[in-house]
Amino acid sequence: MRYRLTTAAFAASVVFGAAGSASATDLEVTHWWTSGGEAAAVAELAKAFDATGNKWVDGAIAGSGDIARPIMIGRITGGDPMGATQFNHGRQAEELVQAGLMRDFTELAQKEGWTKFIHPKSLLDGCTLDGKIYCVPVNIHSQQWLWLSNKAFADAGVAVPKNWDEFVAAAPALEKAGIVPLAIGQQPWQTTLAFQVILVALAGPETFQKVFGDKDATLAAGAEMAKVFAAADQARQMSARSNVQEWNQATSMVINGKAGGQIMGDWAQGEFQVAGQVAGKDYTCLPGLGVNEIISTGGDAFYFPKQTDPEKAKAQEALASVMLSPATQVAFNLKKGSLPVRGDVDLNAANDCMKKGLEILAKGNIIPAPDQLMSADGVTQINDLFVEFFANKELSPQDAQKRFAEIIAAAD
Amino acid sequence: MAEQLLRAAPELAVASAMPARARALSGPHGPRPRRRFSRRNVFIYGTLALVAVYYLLPLYVMVVTSLKGMPEIRLGNIFSPPVEITFEPWIKAWSTACTGLNCDGLSRGFWNSVMITVPSVFLSISIASINGYALANWRFKGAEVFFTVLVVGAFIPYQVMLYPVVIVLREIGLYGSLWGLVLVHTIFGMPILTLLFRNYFASLPEELFKAARVDGAGFWTIYLRIMLPMSLPIFVVAIILQVTGIWNDFLFGVVYTKPDTYPMTVQLNNIVNAVQGVKEYNVNMAATLLTGLVPLVIYFISGKLFVRGIAAGAVKG
Amino acid sequence: MTPTYQGRPFSLFRNLNAKIASIPMILTALVIFVGGTAWTVFYSFTNSKLLPRASFVGFDQYERLWATPRWLVAVENLAIYGVCTLVFSLVIGFVLAALMDQKIRFENTFRTIFLYPFALSFIVTGLAWQWILNPNFGIQQVVRNLGWESFTFDPLYNADIVIYGILIAGLWQGTGLIMCLMLAGLRGIDGDIWKAARVDGIPTWKTYVFIVIPMMRPVLVTTLVIIASGIVKVYDLVVAQTSGGPGIASEVPAKYVYNYMFLAQNLGQGFAASTMMLLSVVIVIVPWAYLEFARRRRHG
Repeated sequence: MRYRLTTAAFAASVVFGAAGSASATDLEVTHWWTSGGEAAAVAELAKAFDATGNKWVDGAIAGSGDIARPIMIGRITGGDPMGATQFNHGRQAEELVQAGLMRDFTELAQKEGWTKFIHPKSLLDGCTLDGKIYCVPVNIHSQQWLWLSNKAFADAGVAVPKNWDEFVAAAPALEKAGIVPLAIGQQPWQTTLAFQVILVALAGPETFQKVFGDKDATLAAGAEMAKVFAAADQARQMSARSNVQEWNQATSMVINGKAGGQIMGDWAQGEFQVAGQVAGKDYTCLPGLGVNEIISTGGDAFYFPKQTDPEKAKAQEALASVMLSPATQVAFNLKKGSLPVRGDVDLNAANDCMKKGLEILAKGNIIPAPDQLMSADGVTQINDLFVEFFANKELSPQDAQKRFAEIIAAAD
Repeated sequence: MAEQLLRAAPELAVASAMPARARALSGPHGPRPRRRFSRRNVFIYGTLALVAVYYLLPLYVMVVTSLKGMPEIRLGNIFSPPVEITFEPWIKAWSTACTGLNCDGLSRGFWNSVMITVPSVFLSISIASINGYALANWRFKGAEVFFTVLVVGAFIPYQVMLYPVVIVLREIGLYGSLWGLVLVHTIFGMPILTLLFRNYFASLPEELFKAARVDGAGFWTIYLRIMLPMSLPIFVVAIILQVTGIWNDFLFGVVYTKPDTYPMTVQLNNIVNAVQGVKEYNVNMAATLLTGLVPLVIYFISGKLFVRGIAAGAVKG
Repeated sequence: MTPTYQGRPFSLFRNLNAKIASIPMILTALVIFVGGTAWTVFYSFTNSKLLPRASFVGFDQYERLWATPRWLVAVENLAIYGVCTLVFSLVIGFVLAALMDQKIRFENTFRTIFLYPFALSFIVTGLAWQWILNPNFGIQQVVRNLGWESFTFDPLYNADIVIYGILIAGLWQGTGLIMCLMLAGLRGIDGDIWKAARVDGIPTWKTYVFIVIPMMRPVLVTTLVIIASGIVKVYDLVVAQTSGGPGIASEVPAKYVYNYMFLAQNLGQGFAASTMMLLSVVIVIVPWAYLEFARRRRHG
């Protein structure tokens, strides 16, 4: 009942707000893509949408999803919804969908045959609730990458490592040359990302699935995971001197050769491109830390809050279908450094690293992203733990593991 | 005893010349100390100057940084004056800095902030001054209870009230509109403003109010004809506090507006946090200064009035 | 000032205009502050996630709250920040005001310098100090360039002292206003008091501590309200300066509340933390407000 009221209230405010709109429908799209590579990619989406005769009103909110999401949720629940909004697909928008605040796109999906070309299928599953499709996946982001600066290793006089162990072994040489071995930004999600990547690489996808998917607390407290925590402790020592906040500042340390490497998702590639660096020559990428070549298939998706203005609703449909069109998919993902959600597009222009990603994807060596497995509450608690772990040397790996297991036991 | 007095003479000479109450609010008027370089003077001016450096340091650093080019920032230290003065960062911050696809810097936000600030300041001060007047001069049973609740409300972090306010605004259909935002500023400005107005009106001579009552003047007549004309100092304080507070607000601005109507602070945050490539500290500092310019100018112009007004609103309880 | 007719039998229509004029205040107090608080407390006993839902879980959210290291760090930080802010604001504010009150030259200039930071938002304050305290560019680097190579001053990157780095910025922003309030209070003291003190041969500092300060009670009350309400609300400053880091070392309760309500999409947990904050405010403020108003009523 409460949500009926909500809908009624925002219906009123939308009618109010739409009174002054021009003939081409303006659609406000909120997202948190504000780094160089990201902004270039969004421009591709906007260009494609404007070509349909509508107008993309850009609602970028800077400072990562952690800052943007509360604002987006506030506006949707407050009855002042935007035309479309980015979320990481998975469980972030689950309750908004359940409350009936999001538009159901099942019909359009059937008409255009989304199920036929969206690959892997898990992407659309992340958008599906009770058999209905509520979001449009636009890219696949994999997290399991180690980006290495060829220059840094040359400066330190060691070979560019081919896997995690070699990287750890090269750390003292880097330190001696005044280079920070591993750059990690201070934002909480980055530390969790590093941990998860180490987990998948060293303990394998089954362990990851059991811990994050099935919330197996016994396994989380066990010896297998103790190994992962020991490796995280090494990563912590290697990153001790990286005093940066944002992920792309850490990436820029790798670009400049001030840091040896960074564990980051494939979106880092957009930054290498903006800086004019070439994969293989200036930087090296190791999927799965060079140990377990497996990537997760999370990504970004757009949700479309319900609108009462039929013009806006039509514009939403136009946006949804243009986002999935082959041309947009290629243009957008090349700029963003991510993989397209269509299995049937040609990515000749892709660089070496993206091709590696596509190969792994084609082999089916994929795992779901943590956002798809765990609620935001659980993810936040784990973020809290790892940001503390990476900053506080007094927190021993053993204690951290104990707390980790407790969070897993209570998570949903 | 006499000896003691003599030794303490400089301090006491000053103390004895303390201004009388009537002249109190316009500053000290006593004779200037005769000996310019007494130990006491060195101590006073030395301390004040030292503290002034601490207060000026950030402003200096911001200004200097905003006038440097990026290469110079990476090399030099933050306190050295710019070798080559450039206004490029200021121009970029004002008109071309990017957030996502919007590359028009802070310029858009400036007018939005004006449109938000003017009605919010007007409405919040009108309501708070009438509240204060009713509380000071027309006490009714229960008034103090509501006032206490209001003062306790001043301690509630805004974040805590965000959700209930979203619901209230949604139910009355004001969410997302300018008036919704104005209402929010009015509500959260009320506790401190009401406190100041109530104290101020209570400090005005009671006889005036009584005489007007005898003449048969009512609630509104007294407020408009007698109280308002006498209240310039406290209105100045209230206006300064509100303009600053509302202009500087980030939280409400970001939650209750859209990209078209983002106030300047939200755009500042976007510019500072939307790092495209390298962090451009000079542009960030210029943007920071531009955003703070309006309240800063108001303070520099009306600082004296502010102090006088605050004296009037705070001294009497 | 007490209207002469106080004490007559209460009637709804007495002071009708005053009551009508107070409707906005009454509505704000009841609907927003009381209503919002009650609503928050109510839902803190539920397991609401992204949207408020009335499914009760008793004290579960509170148990979890007090077992969460991040909350404990936040509470500890607020205590340190609060006590230091209160003490330093009052002391610095008073000392500056007393110095300014010595009939000095350039009073206007000094006052403007001390007061201008108050015109700047916490976001701006945080950014400026983040810049000055940055170990690679700021004070630390400058001192090292002067030849003192081992000099270390990086409060924002040292978990043990990060809260003091925030305190430095907070005091910079707020003490000017406190100084103004104190100065106003000092100027309100009757000059005869000082004369009398001199005649009795009481040293200046004693006059300040035992005579002047007790006479400044109303100013002190207003000052306390302003300082204390600022302490509980500290949020923007932390976000702008450290985002709660390094790690979780500069976490504060208001940030915890916001993060859990919106970021973790766990309203129940956020509301439980809000309720704890409200409770602490009520425990401190209400007895004081009660005494204060009771005193005022007696004195009329």
